[in-house]
Amino acid sequence: MQRFLHQFCITLAFLIPSSVYAAWELNMPRGVTDTSNTVYDLHMLILWICVAIGVVVFGVMFWSIIYHRKSQGAKAAQFHESTTVEVIWTVIPFLILIGMAVPSTSVLIDMYDSSESDIDIQVTGYQCKWQYKYLNEDIDFFSTMTTPKVEIANEQEKNPNYLLEVDNELVVPINKKVRFLFTANDVIHAWWVPELAVKKDAIPGFINESWTRINEVGTYRGQCAELCGKDHGFMPIVVKAVTQADYDIWISEQKATAQAVAAAANQEWSIEDLVAKGETVYQKNCAGCHMVDGSGLPPAFPALNGNDVVLGDIEKHMDIMVNGVPGSAMAAYGKQLSAVELAAVITYKRNTWDNKTGEVISPADVKAYMSK
Amino acid sequence: MSEQTLTLDDHDHHEHGPAKGFLRWVFTTNHKDIGTMYLIFSLVMFLIGGMMAFVIRAELFQPGMQLVDPGFFNQMTTMHGLIMVFGAVMPGFVGLANWQIPLMVGAPDMALPRMNNWSFWILPFAFTMLLSTLFMEGGAPGFGWTFYAPLSTTYAPPSVTFFIFAIHMMGISSIMGAMNIIVTLFNMRAPGMGLMQMPMFAWSWLITAFLLVAVMPVLAAVVTMMLMDIHFATSFFSAAGGGDPVLFQHIFWFFGHPEVYIMILPAFGVVSEIIPTFSRKKLFGYHSMVYALIAIALLSFVVWAHHMFTVGMPIGGQLFFMYATMLIAVPTGVKVFNWVATMFKGSLTFETPMLFAVAFVVLFTVGGFSGIMLAIAPVDFQYQDTYFVVAHFHYVLVPGAVFGIVAGVYYWLPKWTGKMYDESLGKMHFWLSFVGLNLTFFPMHFVGLAGMPRRIPDYALQFADFNMMASMGAFLFGTSQLVFVYLVIKTVRSGKEAAQVPWESAEGLEWTLPTPLPYHTFTTPPVIEHK
Repeated sequence: MQRFLHQFCITLAFLIPSSVYAAWELNMPRGVTDTSNTVYDLHMLILWICVAIGVVVFGVMFWSIIYHRKSQGAKAAQFHESTTVEVIWTVIPFLILIGMAVPSTSVLIDMYDSSESDIDIQVTGYQCKWQYKYLNEDIDFFSTMTTPKVEIANEQEKNPNYLLEVDNELVVPINKKVRFLFTANDVIHAWWVPELAVKKDAIPGFINESWTRINEVGTYRGQCAELCGKDHGFMPIVVKAVTQADYDIWISEQKATAQAVAAAANQEWSIEDLVAKGETVYQKNCAGCHMVDGSGLPPAFPALNGNDVVLGDIEKHMDIMVNGVPGSAMAAYGKQLSAVELAAVITYKRNTWDNKTGEVISPADVKAYMSK
Repeated sequence: MSEQTLTLDDHDHHEHGPAKGFLRWVFTTNHKDIGTMYLIFSLVMFLIGGMMAFVIRAELFQPGMQLVDPGFFNQMTTMHGLIMVFGAVMPGFVGLANWQIPLMVGAPDMALPRMNNWSFWILPFAFTMLLSTLFMEGGAPGFGWTFYAPLSTTYAPPSVTFFIFAIHMMGISSIMGAMNIIVTLFNMRAPGMGLMQMPMFAWSWLITAFLLVAVMPVLAAVVTMMLMDIHFATSFFSAAGGGDPVLFQHIFWFFGHPEVYIMILPAFGVVSEIIPTFSRKKLFGYHSMVYALIAIALLSFVVWAHHMFTVGMPIGGQLFFMYATMLIAVPTGVKVFNWVATMFKGSLTFETPMLFAVAFVVLFTVGGFSGIMLAIAPVDFQYQDTYFVVAHFHYVLVPGAVFGIVAGVYYWLPKWTGKMYDESLGKMHFWLSFVGLNLTFFPMHFVGLAGMPRRIPDYALQFADFNMMASMGAFLFGTSQLVFVYLVIKTVRSGKEAAQVPWESAEGLEWTLPTPLPYHTFTTPPVIEHK
């Protein structure tokens, strides 16, 4: 059946001139998995059936519009009922629909079979970034958009991957069945990469499954597809498909990096280093809501410049950073950021803008707080 | 169907007209006055919702953030949807029903005139409350017109409570309006008019009214559950407390899908009146048209989860909703085929109402085709929450619902006002709207297929060209509606006197009434005799 679909669509594809300009892209991508190709073929099949029905129905209609005009001297016929005709145009569409339902069902059943996977990755949606956890490898990282604010504000020319670029890509090997387990930390998100034909909602408190098996090495980009708040348009997905050998190298690099991060927490940090690092962490994680100048967007996102918590008790400040504020948009950063990053961003906030406390919070302080 | 002749009593005893001054409109129980108020209200909301669409399309004119911030952009998409659905389309159809149903079935007024007054006068307050959220601290709701929890509960701005209360008021108004229509149609038809002799517009509204009575309470329930979650510590939609965010979507779409048909069935009715008139030929397949309406209404209750193919339903559910949704194409197809058969071998002319009606049939069918594509679950994963969906529902709502209302207004305006509108202005309005809307919404199919998610304030560079085209189309469509506003004002103030039957072969009780229309009509019911 799938082979027939494929042949049918290739034949039809030759009948229309296809656009090659990316900017005027008219159609769904074929994608790089068997599933995405089948989905594309099914999409084209249904489209062409609709076009054919349209040609017949609108053909009769425009025939009447052209030839049965009063100005052409047309006299109205008197017929206004025919049970036979009604039965015919009830039964024929029904049969066409059965013709559509059969291949659709088989494709759907295949898409739902996520058993016997080679790699399991838990994908968690946050406002507004993604967390990827490789369940068998003890690798866990966040993936945040890197498009600079100056490009969004039209102050600098936009790069070709504008809004579709991240700091840490999801790396997977080709020709392996990768199973995704989707969930979310706050609101509902949806993980979508068109070229993999995978779209699934990430729902807080629940886990959804999907899978893919990528055929070609490459970088595939997608976006969050479910409205998740003000930065919904700014949480892209980048999947990098590599060979098994490159994947193994990447895994070992990730593990080495994780060790280096753990080691950094035991170093001594100066206030200058912490503030400098804190500024980077702040821009990436906090500035979206609390603004670059700490002015916030009250009442949902309070100002941090001159804020009582930021200028007050350090424990309370650490508590909010580590555990978040339940029932609000303030996420718990205890798991998202390393001890060094937490110490740096807390120190930064207490020593920037008009906040001049001069206090230094070291990674050791954060670790001590978190182990309490 | 048996042939009918109409026998009318004389109508020359109109001892009282409307009260004078502003209070006439406050206290009126006259179906014509209330119909007028509904239609004006709908037009005002259409223009306000249209201005929000202007903001959206202006921001999307090119990549980058230019005019508004992302939070305000979300407020605009949310309010645009809510205002167009609940403020423009639904009251527009209720306005048509108020004017036309008594005239078409030979009733002196709606069955419950005081309730009719109240159901209108709730609306200005409901929408004032909804619009006031734009000026509140934290801004208006920005969680989309579908307001999925927990974005609309735990993470909502404080103004969400006002939104909930406004929805409750709109719901009360709709339910009362619908009950009034059901009661009128069951009890006040002219003697001799059986259900199967009712005009198609009355039939379409009877079915719509049942849908409204069935599902508006469901909407009320879901917003009440939200209210409980927000203020009274329940956890209907929060997994942390044992609830389920997907439960919200099931309840919302159990309302939402019939709601879609609430917005299109009365347009089917209007078009079924107009096409026979300008084809000079009876509506083809009256009985099957009625059965198709009933079939669509019944099916609308068992297809809701096709809006939720990506939430992770079990495959059995997925297949059931896919098959049920595909089935809707059958009765909808029957309606389209019957309209085409009505035109076939007719004697066609193309005055403005007919232009809008023909465009309705063509473009609604285009929206129907993308609907079939969206029904196919495995392919829907690629369409869900993209601009392809935006294109689909705007094709059924703009040239569908909105053109239906506009066609009805052009068709009956000469009877309502006693004046003829300017035909060349009407045609200009049609062609500008037609070009504008296709320029706006057709490219959205392409960007959606190419991967542009909906509800984003900024987009990747490959979507730029079609977005600019869509924005230009939207500006054209929006401004050309001002032609319509001007045309209506011009007709009322200085239109030429209209004939009693302004269209050559219009049939129906409304055309047996004199022009200008008396304030009270059918005070003695007309008798319909069957040959």
